[in-house]
Amino acid sequence: MMVNEKDINEQIAWAKINTDVLRSMENPRKSYWVAVAVCLAMVACAMLAEYIQYTVGMGVSNLNNPHMWDMYIATFVFWIGMSHSGTLLSAILHLLHADWRKPIYRFAEAMTTFSLLTAGLFPIIHLGRVWNMYWVLPYVSDRGIWPNFRSPLVWDAFAISTYLSASMLFLFIGMIPDLAICRDNTTGWRKKLYTALSLGWEGNDRQWRNFRKVYLLMACFLIPLAVSVHSIVSADFAMSIMPGWHVTSFPPYFVAGALYSGCAAIITLFIMLRYFFRFEEYMTLPIMEKTAKLTFAIAMVWTYLNLIEFASVWYGHDMYNKELLIAKATGPYAWVFWTMLFCGSVVPFALAIRKLRRHMPTMFVVSILLNVGMFFERWMIVAPTLSLSHEPWQWDVMWGSIVQWALVFGSFGWFGLLFLVFVKVFPSVSMYEVKEMVFHRNMTAGQRDVLRMTDHAKPVKQTPGVEGA
Amino acid sequence: MSLDNILNNWSDYRKAAEEGGFYDPEGNHPYEHRWTMSINLDLCNGCNACSTACYAENNLAFVGKERFEKGHAMSWMRIERYWDDQDKDYPEKGASFLPMMCQQCGAATCEPVCPVAATYHTPDGLNAQVYNRCIGSRYCSNNCPYRVRYFNFYSYYDDAWPEPMQQQLNPDITVRDKGVMEKCTFCVQRIRSAKDKAQMEDRPVRDGEVMPACAQSCPTSAIVFGDTLDENSAISKLWKKHQVKRNVTQQHKENPELRGYRIFEELNVDPSVMYLERVREEV
Repeated sequence: MMVNEKDINEQIAWAKINTDVLRSMENPRKSYWVAVAVCLAMVACAMLAEYIQYTVGMGVSNLNNPHMWDMYIATFVFWIGMSHSGTLLSAILHLLHADWRKPIYRFAEAMTTFSLLTAGLFPIIHLGRVWNMYWVLPYVSDRGIWPNFRSPLVWDAFAISTYLSASMLFLFIGMIPDLAICRDNTTGWRKKLYTALSLGWEGNDRQWRNFRKVYLLMACFLIPLAVSVHSIVSADFAMSIMPGWHVTSFPPYFVAGALYSGCAAIITLFIMLRYFFRFEEYMTLPIMEKTAKLTFAIAMVWTYLNLIEFASVWYGHDMYNKELLIAKATGPYAWVFWTMLFCGSVVPFALAIRKLRRHMPTMFVVSILLNVGMFFERWMIVAPTLSLSHEPWQWDVMWGSIVQWALVFGSFGWFGLLFLVFVKVFPSVSMYEVKEMVFHRNMTAGQRDVLRMTDHAKPVKQTPGVEGA
Repeated sequence: MSLDNILNNWSDYRKAAEEGGFYDPEGNHPYEHRWTMSINLDLCNGCNACSTACYAENNLAFVGKERFEKGHAMSWMRIERYWDDQDKDYPEKGASFLPMMCQQCGAATCEPVCPVAATYHTPDGLNAQVYNRCIGSRYCSNNCPYRVRYFNFYSYYDDAWPEPMQQQLNPDITVRDKGVMEKCTFCVQRIRSAKDKAQMEDRPVRDGEVMPACAQSCPTSAIVFGDTLDENSAISKLWKKHQVKRNVTQQHKENPELRGYRIFEELNVDPSVMYLERVREEV
């Protein structure tokens, strides 16, 4: 029997929320430091690999004539995809008034920013002449040379930098009231940092009103950006004429895949943060369940889009595309292809079982498996097309060298490092919004209706703010 | 850097972008020349002389056996060898050769995808590759159905031409360093010098005046090269004779015996190289 469980303890005192979250920034479990060390080691490996590749040449990564792109671009797409769920949780669910997002959206939004910072490295790493990377930007030069505005790679540069700056701003704006709480409760360098970042926040009515408006505006701005960014990334492939890349359904397919892998990553990080910072009271099982259900729904959308892609290739009878699909399922990449389908379409059914949804170790493994599937999906988009393109003389199979793999693994370390530093320096649970959530849930139904109508227009009298400390 | 200069640059750029290069399905092109090639597969015996000549002419790097096997070879002109099972009873046991180089497509797929416009269409109908501008994103190669673009995965200068081999490098051509894409240019340096000479003598370029290294070295004269805008050139006559038309996705011929075709014509990339099918003798 389903018990009508509460997302959060509604009797929790506001002062306790502050203490719990502020404490998390001071003394995490030892395993936090182990994770930091592991991430540092991974980044060191990647830096060594990049040094070798930079000095010797791209050949050390085993890229060759048909395989001009491989794992680097797959990893790039993977990290761009990762960034989407932060926007889903923080912006889309904000507009939908799904208040269960409040305790977990902050770290999801941070995940967006840091995975974009990771993704942005890969198009740079994979360039043959890294030192000329700024040529893709339309800077004004006296020689009158502009980038090629028809190229999807140039669109990528614009889309990603816009999305990155917008999501960074959104993360920062959403944090201002919390930074003020931090400012009032810390000393030393932290005090200086938070004083500068909280921009003189006092928690008065005018500030709250402006804050609400800006936050809503940014949320509305960010949603179309998130959708367009991954559509543009899919254009890298869809705009080409290669079999397996020139697919009309790629933009929605990429966006669905992005939300999928992002939600799976949110579950992974949810469990890690809950453990590291003892956030059991905020990152509760019902919230986990809701996230898992959301992930399950997106997994089914992704599966459906996969099936229509296979069907349209199969019944389209385009020789190149059909041969490629058969080769993916039976050729040397078959194990990757079937692992992708298993992890992406079969494993998520674990999320449909209530008992498993509430079992943290299982959820941790499941969420990682989902992302393995999604990583393989990106790999299966990039590599087989190059292995089996139009020209039979250049049919070939290539497996990345240790340099290539080191850079791919290193990217996880780089992301992890940024994320771990963030959660230590900034409050990873939104204090003022958890207070808001508790406050709203304590109201009667009639009060709530009034609030819903006036939510973004007027602040209610008892606005939770800094005075709760 | 003056403001005028920048604004002029921008309007020049817009003009070029709006005119959309040189590809025009109606055929009203502003081309100065239209360099094309014809390769008679019946005459090709797979001797690789064209490929060797290309290495010598264009300063192509020798990558060595190991890197060749990894797929890092730089052969702009390559001889592809296929075995056709249904032709096993013929004297050559079904072996067939296909010289493959950049097809200098009229609607090239490599051009629109380059982020820095390092590859573009010239008024000569060539796909030019600007080595200095290339940043090595390799998108052009990924979007080339013929896979004829070659990337410098390493710096080959020391390995490929040890002392005193640098002495034999062609001075008309640069030596490319690592991280740059390169491909067949139809020996653009030879075209350039022929055009310069014609200009100095105040006359049009004569047919046969430009000959790429591959055509020059072919012992059976399987490769014919020339300007199809020149009605009387040998290449124009050949294209006409075999009724191969540009800007189509399928050749409709009155006489099915005619042998001319273009590779991957159905992709609508308008390649500039016409191949003449092999004639199989009865066993």
